[in-house]
Amino acid sequence: MNSRSLQTTIIFLVVGGILALSLGGFFGSASRQFGSILIDTQTWLSSRFLGLQDFFTAPRDIVSLRTRNAELEAQVSQLQAQVIELQQRVNETEILAALVDFSRSNPESTYKAAAVIGHDPSPFLHYIIINRGSNDDIRRGMPVVTNQGLVGRVDAVIADAARVQLITDPASAVNVYLQNAETSAVTFGSVTGDISLDMISQNKTVESGDLILTSGLGGGYPSDLPIGQVVTIRTLEFKLFQQATVQPAVDFSRLEIVLVITNFRPVDITPLEPLPSP
Amino acid sequence: MRNIVAFPLLGLAVILQSAIVSQVKLISGYADLPLLMLAAWALQERVKSAWLWAVLVCLMIGFVSSMPWLVVAAGYLGVIFMAQILQRRVWQAPLLAMFSVIFMGTLFIHLLSFAVLRILGTPFAFADVIGLITLPSLLLNMLFSIPVYALMRDLAHWVYPLEEYE
Repeated sequence: MNSRSLQTTIIFLVVGGILALSLGGFFGSASRQFGSILIDTQTWLSSRFLGLQDFFTAPRDIVSLRTRNAELEAQVSQLQAQVIELQQRVNETEILAALVDFSRSNPESTYKAAAVIGHDPSPFLHYIIINRGSNDDIRRGMPVVTNQGLVGRVDAVIADAARVQLITDPASAVNVYLQNAETSAVTFGSVTGDISLDMISQNKTVESGDLILTSGLGGGYPSDLPIGQVVTIRTLEFKLFQQATVQPAVDFSRLEIVLVITNFRPVDITPLEPLPSP
Repeated sequence: MRNIVAFPLLGLAVILQSAIVSQVKLISGYADLPLLMLAAWALQERVKSAWLWAVLVCLMIGFVSSMPWLVVAAGYLGVIFMAQILQRRVWQAPLLAMFSVIFMGTLFIHLLSFAVLRILGTPFAFADVIGLITLPSLLLNMLFSIPVYALMRDLAHWVYPLEEYE
């Protein structure tokens, strides 16, 4: 055996011995210590590297984050606007659904829906402006309602808009019928927008909560349209008639969509009224 | 040509009055934006077209409102008249002049409206009108008069630049 073969044999024996010892668990503590030193070194190096990486790349990230933030904020405001628009549409749909129900339950009349687009500029008058006019066959005198009850009647018309006198207008008077008391009366508007009931016969007993409907007398409005309910009654013995305050069926402060009854033609009874004696 | 700005501006004012301002109520009264704009415009020293603006406002309001034309025309033209008189006398204190015109103008228009509507048969009670409509409207007009005056002064400076005026 030459020296080279002997050297190789010794190396094999040493390596094999080390392997056998390590497999036998004799090098456990030494390998753990060695491993932990390696891991600590690598951790230290890695953390320093990440720190340096952050240091060099952070400004670029802030810029991109700010851009992204601005994009997301714009998206959020866009979505908020969409939510508001959709809520508005839901409200409109609910109102329209109620109006459709109303028109289905009152098939004797034909209706044209209109949106309220304005009010009279003067605080003395209670008028609204709707977005339907003579192009939609709206004519002067046509009654305007919601699913809750009578709103008023068309006072003036142009091609694409009309002005409606509300029953709360101080100059408005509506002939009505008190359902429970079975008597006629007249409602009047006021500067505050409240409705009062007058011309109730002293012989009739009117109670709070009595339903007030249009009587159709005078030909200005169709009959049986709800106006409201009696709230309080004022009876004075020295007066010819009883008076009452009315809770309107329609919420006039939140009028958005109304229905114009297009198949009703008001009757002008002026020629039939007696002339004042000279 | 410079008065062309009156058409979109006053048109917008009447639309805002009808759609928004009339919904911002204090009791039963609300501010009168066209009145405020007219008064502020007429009080600007450089402005020479206040009467034209008043006529435009009368036409627009008369078209939209159910108020008789007489009330609208007499009311707004009367306000311009008051503003022009005061502008010559109280020119050193423009805001005082503005407050005075708004105060007198609001009272004038409301009293005129009350009188004409009463004659035409609308059953108004004077105390109700004063307490529920006129005084709240007066307060709102006074409140809005400062920003409207500032806006119209800037507009007057833009429409009538100083070098041309001098």
